[in-house]
Amino acid sequence: MKKYLLKRFVMSIITLWAIVTITFFLMHAIPGNPFAKEGKMPPVVYENLQKKYGLDKPLYQQYLIYLGNLVRGDFGESMKSRVETVNDMIERGFPVSARLGAQALVFALIFGPALGAMAALYQNKMPDYISMIVAIIGISVPSFVMGTFLIQFVAKNVSFLPIGGWGEFKHTILPSFALGLMPLATMARLMRSSMLEVLNQDYIKTAKSKGLTKFAVIMKHAVRNAILPVVSVLGITISNLLVGSFVIEKIFGIPGLGMFFVKSIGNRDYTLIMGTTVFYALILVLMLLLVDITYMLVDPRIRLTEEGH
Amino acid sequence: MKSKKLLILLSLLLVVSVFVSACSSGEEPTTPEPEEPTTGEEQTGEKILRTNNSSEPGSLDPALAQGTHESWILNNLFEGLMKHDSTGQIVPGMAKEYTLSEDDLTYTFTLKDDIKWSNGDPVTAQDFEFAWKRALDPELAADYAYQLYYIKGAEAYNSGEGTVDDVAVKALDDKTLEVTLESPTAYFLDLCAFYTYYPVNKAVAEANPDWAKDPSTYVSNGPFTLESWEHNAKIKLAKNENYYDKDNIKLDGIDFDIIEDENTAWQKYEGGEYDILVTLPQAVVAQLKAENNPELQIGADVGTYYFNLNNEKKPFNNKKVRQALVYALDRQTIVDKIAQGGQIPATGIVPPGLLDENGEDYRATTGDFIGYDLEKAKTLLAEGLAEEGMTVEDFNAQGFVLLYNTSEAHKKIAQAAQEMWRTNLGIEIGLENVEFQVKLDREKAGDYDISRAGWIGDYSDPMTMLDLFYTDGPFNDAGYSNPEYDRLIDIAKSTADQKIRFDAMREAEAILMEDVPIVPVYFYTQPYAVKPYVTGVYKIPIQYPTITYADINK
Amino acid sequence: MTELTKEMFERASEEQRNAEKIRRPSIKYWPDVWRRLKQNKLAMVGLVLIILITVMAIAGPMISGYTYYEQDYSNINVKPNSDFWFGTDELGRDLFTRTWYGARYSLLIGILAAAIDFTVGILYGGIAGVSSRRVDSIMMRIAEVIYSIPYLLVVILMSVVFSSQGSGTSLFVIILAMTITDWVPMAILVRGQVLQLKEAEYSLASESLGADQGWILRKHIIPNTLGPILVNVTLTIPRAIFAEATLGFLGLGLQAPKSSLGSLANDGLAGMAVGLTYQIIFPALLISLIMFSFNVLGDGLRDALDPRLRK
Repeated sequence: MKKYLLKRFVMSIITLWAIVTITFFLMHAIPGNPFAKEGKMPPVVYENLQKKYGLDKPLYQQYLIYLGNLVRGDFGESMKSRVETVNDMIERGFPVSARLGAQALVFALIFGPALGAMAALYQNKMPDYISMIVAIIGISVPSFVMGTFLIQFVAKNVSFLPIGGWGEFKHTILPSFALGLMPLATMARLMRSSMLEVLNQDYIKTAKSKGLTKFAVIMKHAVRNAILPVVSVLGITISNLLVGSFVIEKIFGIPGLGMFFVKSIGNRDYTLIMGTTVFYALILVLMLLLVDITYMLVDPRIRLTEEGH
Repeated sequence: MKSKKLLILLSLLLVVSVFVSACSSGEEPTTPEPEEPTTGEEQTGEKILRTNNSSEPGSLDPALAQGTHESWILNNLFEGLMKHDSTGQIVPGMAKEYTLSEDDLTYTFTLKDDIKWSNGDPVTAQDFEFAWKRALDPELAADYAYQLYYIKGAEAYNSGEGTVDDVAVKALDDKTLEVTLESPTAYFLDLCAFYTYYPVNKAVAEANPDWAKDPSTYVSNGPFTLESWEHNAKIKLAKNENYYDKDNIKLDGIDFDIIEDENTAWQKYEGGEYDILVTLPQAVVAQLKAENNPELQIGADVGTYYFNLNNEKKPFNNKKVRQALVYALDRQTIVDKIAQGGQIPATGIVPPGLLDENGEDYRATTGDFIGYDLEKAKTLLAEGLAEEGMTVEDFNAQGFVLLYNTSEAHKKIAQAAQEMWRTNLGIEIGLENVEFQVKLDREKAGDYDISRAGWIGDYSDPMTMLDLFYTDGPFNDAGYSNPEYDRLIDIAKSTADQKIRFDAMREAEAILMEDVPIVPVYFYTQPYAVKPYVTGVYKIPIQYPTITYADINK
Repeated sequence: MTELTKEMFERASEEQRNAEKIRRPSIKYWPDVWRRLKQNKLAMVGLVLIILITVMAIAGPMISGYTYYEQDYSNINVKPNSDFWFGTDELGRDLFTRTWYGARYSLLIGILAAAIDFTVGILYGGIAGVSSRRVDSIMMRIAEVIYSIPYLLVVILMSVVFSSQGSGTSLFVIILAMTITDWVPMAILVRGQVLQLKEAEYSLASESLGADQGWILRKHIIPNTLGPILVNVTLTIPRAIFAEATLGFLGLGLQAPKSSLGSLANDGLAGMAVGLTYQIIFPALLISLIMFSFNVLGDGLRDALDPRLRK
């Protein structure tokens, strides 16, 4: 176990390094630069800016300098904001996105698997159809439509829900809902499908024949085994939710990381692109590690030890 | 079995704890201070104007401001030597008076007596000298440093060739500022109202280079001060009690939200959360206009929407082909049916709203150069293509493309132009929608046929538009070059004699509109919405609507 | 030895003749899948809807008498009526034509993207799952790297590299852009399932009988993981349809005046604030219908494909 974790840790560092390196050179390969804009800016001003941010140096030097800073935890200065560093922006944007994401996830986790399990238990009956309809709405309405819809028809008519903006809990209700709908639907459908499969397994029949109550069979045997596919998408779902959704954040006017990420690419704000990418990768790698561990703990059949291979 | 259950529970707890920690750490930065609810003004009786500034400022340091995202806020925080009155006339601001030397090169400004910074310090001539030299510092690398290049020695210092002492701006004493220009510049006073020319408190900025990052150390000399700045969310301004003209300021503060989505901002305005809103969704403008809604104001703007033609590419190198494209566009229809924001069909490159030597509208006195003339367009195209040895089929076989950056508004105009050229001239032009940076890159590289462009003027003079097309100019993406045009621009730029200047500029515009390296489409307007209970908002062409003197009469 | 005479035989009765016959026809796997699918009414509704929508996507743009690009400035923002069944847009173009024309592209993009994700995801995840721990680990880390590289950067680069001037963004680039990282979640899902199933008794039995890993993967694991995978595929189709709309946002979608359901919904959004709701209703409704159809069909297929659900 320890050895495995150590190995995974080393692997994760290598993964991160690969992401940093590929992103760095990719970013410099695409057309544009942080200071290009429509206008009359003379070359002199442009050169001053390049010099200030070290973009006049050869690319490999910039890369090495960046790696050096990164090891020290310094993401550098934003090339667009003269007020905040990239560290400031991430420190500020992540909690906002994470809070929304966490609320959305809690919402999805409470209702998603439950709806899916219910649908499976009552296959082709009313509860199945209802959960199916919820899932289809969750999947088939694009988030930009859902967001606009919520503002236009819900926020404008319900006085305690603000139309957009950020500050208090009430600001988070609608965006969390909009954000959680898609993972909810995904989880419900995955759960339904794997639950159906599990319910036909021999060990369920064995459990039933042992005389366990239906409830005990479902909770102890069925759900626990059926939840595996849900767990396996959880890592990516969580990391997606944590870093925020550009669309939702833009529509609701929320100062989160998702917006920084997309805008930094449009602006070619190199340091912010790198900062958000590294941060995102860090979360993803961490989540996938957690998922592997959870998997190991949840499924009695998988053993993450060296034996067996 | 028991221990395994425990492990599952633990692992789930681990996952959940990640969120909980994320949540709890999220509480602190998101709720910085006990905030006043939005209805605060009713309880305290304060007059707070609420609006939206659609983008987060890159900085609120006047030297580092780059555009409208900053300027709308800065205009309320600072005041330059000169300022605009409600009719757009340039009048003294921080300056009491000024003199201009015989050779039109040296301005000597005398400052008002009772002017103070928001921290109580007097505003001095040294503050101006400091601010301008600071903005030119190559180390600071300010985007808009070139706005100061009119000052003698400024460009040399900014490019690292000259020294700071050679920049010809000098505080003769606390109240007197002397500026020497590179060449006579008739619109220099106008520039003195521009934000790069705002003063900076020398003592504060020298003691703390980061003064502009934090509201607690922020010092300004205008009608308002910076009260708080929640990044990407909200900026609050409070009335500056040290401002000399504070009696004319009726608001106690201005709250700017920072919400990028136009539709959301509009919903907030409609839902009563804003008192004024400047960037409106196109469909909303069209609807408000159709129903004659009194809240809608169509403000004048100084800007032109146009298409670049790649003048180096066959057949766009042919003047007649270019003219054909110009005359085949039905601009009135584009403006009435598609843009729908009260824009004005372009009849030249210089938009209305700029005054000529006699104080009259330049556009009106100069007359129309281009228009919609289908027969003429057809003839010109046939002649032009024949001169290039091409037929319409050859033209269509080339697969020419109109390049535009992604935006609903640009997409509509591009589709309309494409369809008009197709139906009117029988030519097929494709559309290519690319990311903004990619478009800039391809324009600079000359890798395009036709591309969308637009320019909003920096200062109130036709030159702000005309010098775009100077040979090898930084924004001359059409690649236009005409020595005669350059000569006329040089003449206009080197004299303060208004008659000579305007004659030269008129002649230059006539040449430009004969050569048409570009296809002008329309002159911009700036539609905005104001609630009926708000008074005192006005719009001068060169700026965002002025809310400084607004009043709320609820 | 008695001679066998004709009289010694009597004609077998019908009953006797059929006594040995296997009454139940031998059921092959695929016909059985189809048979069971047919029994699922909801799935059949989905199938019929998909066929109908596909037919309309092909024929719809031709039956209205309008083209997707012709503009009529005297008929801007017309509400649905007998001339314009779905109304017109802000340039006076017939939305009926544009909607079905858009459905054509959306279906194409959705199905192709899902097919690519499916293939790559299954291959990659499956191989990682059955391989040794070391190979598995390396493959998963590579997938993580690919998934973590900012998708937008890759897409912008591809659009620049692949779009030769004049052609605009091609369908190829759009589909490539959408699948370049999207197969990773699928691969991770498949790998998880495989890890779970390769310890199952039947895999073990097969292995003991000398089957190699490819055989186990093909014959046991993939058929048994199809359920969650199919569900994921039906989720990929809507994702791809929206992803195309999002790409359009960034200037990498289909080039105007061409339309897709996503871009129409996007265009229609602006009208929502001013009461032109019909501009978004039709494309949004069609997207939902497509989703519904693929989902119920996916579920039906899942049930039908699962060997353990055979009755």
